Amino acid sequence: MSLTRATLRRDFILVARNPGEWLNPLMFFLMVAAMFPLAVDQDPRFLAKIAGGVIWVSALLATLLSLDALFKMDVDDGSLEQWLASGESMFAMALGKALVHWCVSGLPLTLMSPLLAMMLALPDDAYAALFYSLAIGTPILSLLGAVGAALTAGLRSGGLLLSLLILPLYVPVLIFASSAVYHAGLGMPYAGQLGFLGAMLALAVCFTPLAVAAALKLNLSR
Amino acid sequence: MWQWITRLYHQLGSPKWFMQLTDKWLPWLIAVTALGGLYGLVNGLLFAPVDYQQGNSYRIIYIHVPAALVAQSAFVMMAIAGAVYLVWRIKMAAWVAKAIAPIGASFCLIALFTGAIWGKPTWGTYWIWDARLTSMLLLLFLYFGVMALQKAIESEEMSYRAAAILSLVGVVNIPIIKYSVNWWNTLHQPATLKLTEKPTMHIDMLIPLLVMIATTYVLLAILVILRTRNEILWHERKSKWLKQRLES
Repeated sequence: MSLTRATLRRDFILVARNPGEWLNPLMFFLMVAAMFPLAVDQDPRFLAKIAGGVIWVSALLATLLSLDALFKMDVDDGSLEQWLASGESMFAMALGKALVHWCVSGLPLTLMSPLLAMMLALPDDAYAALFYSLAIGTPILSLLGAVGAALTAGLRSGGLLLSLLILPLYVPVLIFASSAVYHAGLGMPYAGQLGFLGAMLALAVCFTPLAVAAALKLNLSR
Repeated sequence: MWQWITRLYHQLGSPKWFMQLTDKWLPWLIAVTALGGLYGLVNGLLFAPVDYQQGNSYRIIYIHVPAALVAQSAFVMMAIAGAVYLVWRIKMAAWVAKAIAPIGASFCLIALFTGAIWGKPTWGTYWIWDARLTSMLLLLFLYFGVMALQKAIESEEMSYRAAAILSLVGVVNIPIIKYSVNWWNTLHQPATLKLTEKPTMHIDMLIPLLVMIATTYVLLAILVILRTRNEILWHERKSKWLKQRLES
């Protein structure tokens, strides 16, 4: 456990000393979302309809953008081999890595979302739904994304490939989350959708670290 | 029975035995496909009664539905073969998994393409964000992902294992994706256009369809076997038994 803790501590320190790591996805998130009113229509009534979906698609893209680097450094500098040789539980390590990624990408996005919601004229009723859906949904994105990041960690041009692998798997999260926001905007109950997101999060916490651990072991013999 | 199955399983795990067994099987499988395809297509396309609503355009169902079913089953097969490889490191399983991916993707494309052609006369548009069409599209994306990952990794063994892990993750996700897409679609388009439901089908329409479905599964088996044999020929090209086999 101590190795996992030490690695996570190192990762948080690295992030703190290199703010670009969490700022860049955040700026990307803002910019992508800002493109929609420019490209489609700036009518607030129209924007109100698509705001939830736009924010969620932007969050998804921003998450993908920052996933590429998740394991790359550890593979390159040999830390990965040390973890595997240490006999430490890779399950905990994978979970911890996903947690770090979420703190760097998902959490700032969640905190930033009300600002974007206001700019995209999201109905007032939907703010809470947007916030909750991002808070529950973005950890799933980090966990599933960690599988793709582990599979492509040793590859030179892993970034685009990673998006290809992971985007189809993100669809259920996107559907339930944006539907929660949409329904909240219409004044309808949205607890069911959040419940589904929670169920998916529970599943992801239990099973994705297994896949991440298996995929990381591949990099050893590469 | 069980012993027979385990023996068969072990025999199929050996490239040499696989070649010998499929030598015997292939003519039969091809004969079954030819007969079933002939019966199913002639009956389906010519003799099955005309649909009272869709006229003759419904006849594409005899290609569309089998292709869609096989495309979905092929993904599960690929994941099972991948799991077998991950657990027991049987090379044959990896070759089978690798052989399945492009075949499954092709059936997926056939299903989407015939669906689009069918959509034009019945729904008035080639593409609609119908739940089934959308989940087939996502299945195609999953196939593309597995194939792209396999291509991208240079070391062969690594590429098999990576693709196996990804297809296992995918196979767990397929039901979730299907369910969520269904739920999403019924939510946004309540009075949606439904495909002709099976139980309401006339028996003369149903039998050719069932024959076509069974035939397409056999066709899948043939294609997988042929592609796996190619993999064997390539990977075992330096082995003695293959040289002897090719010379005799």
